[in-house]
Amino acid sequence: MNYETVIGLEIHAELATNTKIFCGCTTAFGDKENTHCCPVCLGLPGALPVLNKKVIEYAVKAGLATNCQINGFSKLDRKNYFYPDLPKAYQISQYDQPLCEEGYLDIKGDFGSKRIGITRIHIEEDAGKLLHEAEDGSTLVDYNRGGVPLIEIVSEPDLRSAEEARLYAEKIKAILEYTEVSDCRMQEGSLRFDVNLSVRPEGNSVLGTRTEMKNLNSFRALVNAIEDESKRQIEVLESGGEVVQETRKWDDVTGKNTSLRSKEEAHDYRYFPEPDLVPVVLEEEYIERIRKELPELPDKRAKRYVEEWGLPEYDAGVITASRPMAVFFEECVKSYGGDPKTVSNWVMGELMRLFNEKGAGAEDIPFPAVYMADLLKLVDDGTVSGSAAKRVFTEMFETGEQPKKLVERLGLLQISDEEALTGIIKRVMEKNPQSVEDYRAGTKKALGFLVGQTMKETKGKANPALVNNILKKLL
Amino acid sequence: MYHYMTVSELAQRIKKREVSAEETTRSFIERIEELDEKVGAYITVEKDRALKTARDIDKKLKQGCELSPLAGIPMALKDNICTENIRTTCASKTLEDFVPPYSADVYERLEKAGCITLGKTNMDEFAMGSSTESSAFKVTRNPWDDSSIPGDSSGGSAAAVAAGMAAFALGTDTGGSIRQPAALCGVVGMKPTYGRVSRYGVVAYASSLDQVGPITRDVKDCALVLNHICGHDRRDSTSMVVAAPDFQAGLEEGIRGMRIGIPSEYFGKGIEQGVRDRVTEAIGVLEDLGAECEEVSLPHTIYALSAYYIISSAEASSNMARYDGIRYGYRAKDYSDLLDMYIKTRSEGFGAEVKRRIMLGTYALSSGNYDAYYKKAQKVRTLIKADFDSVFEDYDLIVCPTSSLVVIRSGEKTNDPLQKILPNVNTVPANIAGLPALSVPCGFLGNLPVGMQFIGKPFAESTLLRAAYAYQQNTGFHKMHPQV
Repeated sequence: MNYETVIGLEIHAELATNTKIFCGCTTAFGDKENTHCCPVCLGLPGALPVLNKKVIEYAVKAGLATNCQINGFSKLDRKNYFYPDLPKAYQISQYDQPLCEEGYLDIKGDFGSKRIGITRIHIEEDAGKLLHEAEDGSTLVDYNRGGVPLIEIVSEPDLRSAEEARLYAEKIKAILEYTEVSDCRMQEGSLRFDVNLSVRPEGNSVLGTRTEMKNLNSFRALVNAIEDESKRQIEVLESGGEVVQETRKWDDVTGKNTSLRSKEEAHDYRYFPEPDLVPVVLEEEYIERIRKELPELPDKRAKRYVEEWGLPEYDAGVITASRPMAVFFEECVKSYGGDPKTVSNWVMGELMRLFNEKGAGAEDIPFPAVYMADLLKLVDDGTVSGSAAKRVFTEMFETGEQPKKLVERLGLLQISDEEALTGIIKRVMEKNPQSVEDYRAGTKKALGFLVGQTMKETKGKANPALVNNILKKLL
Repeated sequence: MYHYMTVSELAQRIKKREVSAEETTRSFIERIEELDEKVGAYITVEKDRALKTARDIDKKLKQGCELSPLAGIPMALKDNICTENIRTTCASKTLEDFVPPYSADVYERLEKAGCITLGKTNMDEFAMGSSTESSAFKVTRNPWDDSSIPGDSSGGSAAAVAAGMAAFALGTDTGGSIRQPAALCGVVGMKPTYGRVSRYGVVAYASSLDQVGPITRDVKDCALVLNHICGHDRRDSTSMVVAAPDFQAGLEEGIRGMRIGIPSEYFGKGIEQGVRDRVTEAIGVLEDLGAECEEVSLPHTIYALSAYYIISSAEASSNMARYDGIRYGYRAKDYSDLLDMYIKTRSEGFGAEVKRRIMLGTYALSSGNYDAYYKKAQKVRTLIKADFDSVFEDYDLIVCPTSSLVVIRSGEKTNDPLQKILPNVNTVPANIAGLPALSVPCGFLGNLPVGMQFIGKPFAESTLLRAAYAYQQNTGFHKMHPQV
């Protein structure tokens, strides 16, 4: 039997505000434990929360960028549960009246284009972090992250595969980056995914029993966890069993997910309106002002690349999927002044190859976009050959040096001196009389071999067009 | 000799330097040392700190600094008001050794005004209780009769003022916890409008009902202290941005033509006959002074106590959750794992009344019960507010008994928690509706004082104070003191 996987994603994104959601402590990451804390975010007796207005602004921005309806009236609620990383033993979140509702995003893939519904976006506070590193085996808590603002973006169960989930999550990431709502630093945990997943026989309209996997913090983990859990559920059904509603834990190291707690053990969060805060009331003008401030979003930008710059749709999609990439690309195009397609070819070829090799992204590029433009200009004016330029580019990604300096340091200046080249080519022809004869007898591909030998002789520095011309003349 | 002076009288003398702040403070400290073993009003007495602060005030006075009218006045604070570097216990084992690293807004304001903090007063544990007997540390006696309770839950603050062990005190009022003990101890107590005084740094019992307020000897002092504790505080989102008038300014304008509603529901079953009599006599005084008193109806009053019990317990169950032994406060000694630590810490740290309310509130908020309890109680809340709104369309304020009972013996009825909060039947509605309310002494039943309550429109504290002041100008009950 064929099965269909049904997936809904809850994405938590830390907002890029300077201060926490309910107090003035900094949200900076990576400092000494428990140094960004105050009576409010430590939940000391008598301390009260005050809502950071920037949080509302950022959440509304995210909502508008994902086609949500912004609620003029929303409120905050307490979600009650005990855990050492939660200082008040309740999380201030939003329950039945979130800030944003009923949005959607379109994703594109081999399956074509698909619209994914967004149920809601709400604001809430992050918890602290447990540290299990103490030598005596005890657990310590760092509350620096406690009270950092989050938005939770809840999708409809519209996703049908790990691939769709990844595309959707990447799109959310791109939008949050474009709007500068979140810096989406995944290695710092500022973007995390919870997966709700069930399977059902293809053609069946009733949803199967779902499980939840929490806190996946990379796209790879997201894809692997979905594939693993989908496979597991199908196996359970195939062997005549039943999927149990539960929360499961994904382990990146073992590549397996295991049961964490059952439905019976699930918390009753006893949500109720937070009496320490007043409801959030937003005027229409406020919402419209934020709508006007929205930057150009990935879809629109990709469309512009295709329509104005003639980029293939696929390339435009890849480049705009990450804001830093798109910004880099546009700066490069501007500085280069030539055909944007030349730039996109380099990005899609050489840059992506390096990203894959290094596991890097656009934010890791160690040189400014203008360097890449300079390199392309050096190719255009014949200073370096295309193949030499690729070597320069690779080196530039290592050292961040200027391309001109690299060309000199690596001795890759292209030989465009006709006299010098003629001498070298004559030598090459002497060494390869058979090929010379073949060409003259009509085997045209022998020319390619002789060009190649000349390039080899010059360590790739010869101007290939010039070599071609001289060879043809001599032959 | 200064013990029974009003804040206004003391302030005059200190200002004229007829007496120093240090002498005043020392005299109150001596009084505490002499009497508090019997009364049990204080949990913590800050003798050295108080005397040092008093000397600083005296120095400033000598230098001719212009100081606030409260400079050098010795006060007591309920022990759920955070005081930086002074232990703040909430009368709970859970916070027995808790020294807050920060101060409540009200404390900051009074410190800035130059008040001398004598100490922190006893209360029901986390302000939950109806007799100040649920304190983990001690029982507070009513200074008028040591076999009687001082009322809930700011009993220590009211007893301290009544026994001359503080010139004034601050209490907190969630369902009557300022007005109730003020009535039973024969002093003035006010719960301001919700949002008038900042709750920042005041340990929460039920966040949507809690409000800080003054306990004083007379109405003029009440206005004076209110002047110094109210005002917008951006650290409390429920603190309202409203103009704070000088509450002493209009005190003497009288009440001629003032329209006063007398709600029949507040005089009905459950109200002790003697209380009814004293308050009726007091209403006669108000009429003599020119007020127009008419019977009105607040028909949903009978549901107020139930709604209060559900809402306050629900919020309390969540507010008490942070006392888990992880970051501060009491932690059990031996435990096997995290859950065991939570259970032992909270079982050992909290007393019976707090546990009861946590359980009740948890139940009321649980899935399946939420609509039947919490949501319904919120609907009742809306109805009670609407009752008041409609009466206040025609009347300036409402007058009724404060505590329905006066003779409540220590240790009485401790096994029937619901019976215990019945005396609060008349105080709870003002909390539910967020309205300002004030209790003044209006006579005696035997040797015990009886309190009369004024309830006003939101932010109409001035009206309440004016009416209560007029009453006190024509009666002498507030000038009577217990023989401790």
